[in-house]
Amino acid sequence: MMKKKKGKIAQVPSWLWMCLSLLAAMALWILIATSEAGGVIFAEPWEVVQTAVDKIRDGTLWGHVGISLFRVLTGFCIGFILSIPIAILMGWYTPFRKIVEPWIQFVRNIPPLAYIPLVITGAGVGEKAKVIVIFIASFLVMVVTIYQGVCNVDTTLIKAAKVLGAGSKDIFFQIVIPASTPFILVGARLGLSASLTTLIAAELTGASKGLGMMIQKAQGYYDMSTVLLGIIIIGVIGLVMEKFIRFLERRLTGWQETTGAQ
Amino acid sequence: MAGNNRRTVIKIDNVNKKYQTRKGEVLALSNVNMEIKENEFICVVGPSGCGKSTLLNMIAGLLEPTEGHIYVNDKEVEGTGPERGVVFQQYALFPWLTVLKNVEYAPKLQGLRGKALEEEAMKYLKMVELEQFASSYPKELSGGMKQRVAIARAYAAKPQVLLMDEPFGALDAQTRTQLQSELIETWEKEQKTCFFITHDVEEAIILATKVVIMSARPGRIKEIVDVDIPYPRTQETKMSPRFLEIKNHIWSEVYKEYLEVRK
Repeated sequence: MMKKKKGKIAQVPSWLWMCLSLLAAMALWILIATSEAGGVIFAEPWEVVQTAVDKIRDGTLWGHVGISLFRVLTGFCIGFILSIPIAILMGWYTPFRKIVEPWIQFVRNIPPLAYIPLVITGAGVGEKAKVIVIFIASFLVMVVTIYQGVCNVDTTLIKAAKVLGAGSKDIFFQIVIPASTPFILVGARLGLSASLTTLIAAELTGASKGLGMMIQKAQGYYDMSTVLLGIIIIGVIGLVMEKFIRFLERRLTGWQETTGAQ
Repeated sequence: MAGNNRRTVIKIDNVNKKYQTRKGEVLALSNVNMEIKENEFICVVGPSGCGKSTLLNMIAGLLEPTEGHIYVNDKEVEGTGPERGVVFQQYALFPWLTVLKNVEYAPKLQGLRGKALEEEAMKYLKMVELEQFASSYPKELSGGMKQRVAIARAYAAKPQVLLMDEPFGALDAQTRTQLQSELIETWEKEQKTCFFITHDVEEAIILATKVVIMSARPGRIKEIVDVDIPYPRTQETKMSPRFLEIKNHIWSEVYKEYLEVRK
């Protein structure tokens, strides 16, 4: 009896599970929104949908989404491009590591909110300040992760390449980079999530547009359906980015021995 | 088989190797002298920690002697070189490359491209009978297959000397005997100077023209035994009286060193 049941559960395709999960979440949401206590904070799903339709019609929603995406992606990309060479330099050149690592470990534990006033004073209240804050947050996470990857490169592989005739340049591009790719991708995933987390903080630095700003402003008017809409959109953006990185992981690191997190 | 008129390929001249550890200086190898002639198959046996891997790494150019010199073809070893190939115990295949691309690695660095490159690599994959796995990734292969790819990859670099550091140590007994037979066959077909490290006395005798017995730390050469059993050798060779005689002798010598380590 139990065995049969188990077999049936395994037969359900994963997309159906996804639908069930979504439906259950919806039901939970409606339950909370219609209850007395929850109704005060939670708008009902159709209210949120209505808000979304309105905001798409008057064209304001894309402005918020667009500028937020621009900030996240710009900050993240600068962080990504800079973190790879710095992490590799740390892994390969001891004096550089000895000097730079304590700085990174120190700054890493400070929440980005704390240095926002400093960044605004330096870079003004424009786009620059927000991109800088997101850059710092994502860069620190990525540099630490990728550095660990570079340190973990199997030295036997480097020896093997050497005895097969590889020079320093070959070893760098043909061994160290591919061997660190799994860590670079993990770094990218953590970096993207740090960027998104920091987005709201960055948009507190006096933005006129952006998802964080939209949420912030709606709270002032007690417009809970807009707050929820903003939260859901941020969640969806995070999910899409995550899926993209997973796709890259499958394409680029399928060669790994370990069947890691699926 | 082991004629004295052959050219010396490797000359180890009064080599000492010291390591710095937290407890102070450790002498790993002491006064090692050896000459290896062309196409000889040398097996080195000794208790673990006797410095046999260190010696191999120094011939490969991955480590430097603290004192003394190592010459390959009368030239002092300075770093790695194309005339010396290495097969590691842990296979060390590049996991992100297919089997074929792994074997192509050295010929590609040597400048081969396109069709010629592929044909060259396939030739060595056929030698180890793995041509049908050309497009597989290392993770899809068993340990024995991985080591055969590693041997093909080392051969494809066309080294004059093949250095092998306990290459079959991580394999099960059955796969190990199979790979031993294959290695002797290959060596008889494509003669090369081999320097092979093992802790398995039977393996050493079945493969080698000469077995080098090393002492416990600090590693010294205790004795060099000529294995005067003609090739082709098979698994039945292990039953022959001469084989058993040599085995008894080497084993008792090695055993004394094990006891030394346990003291």
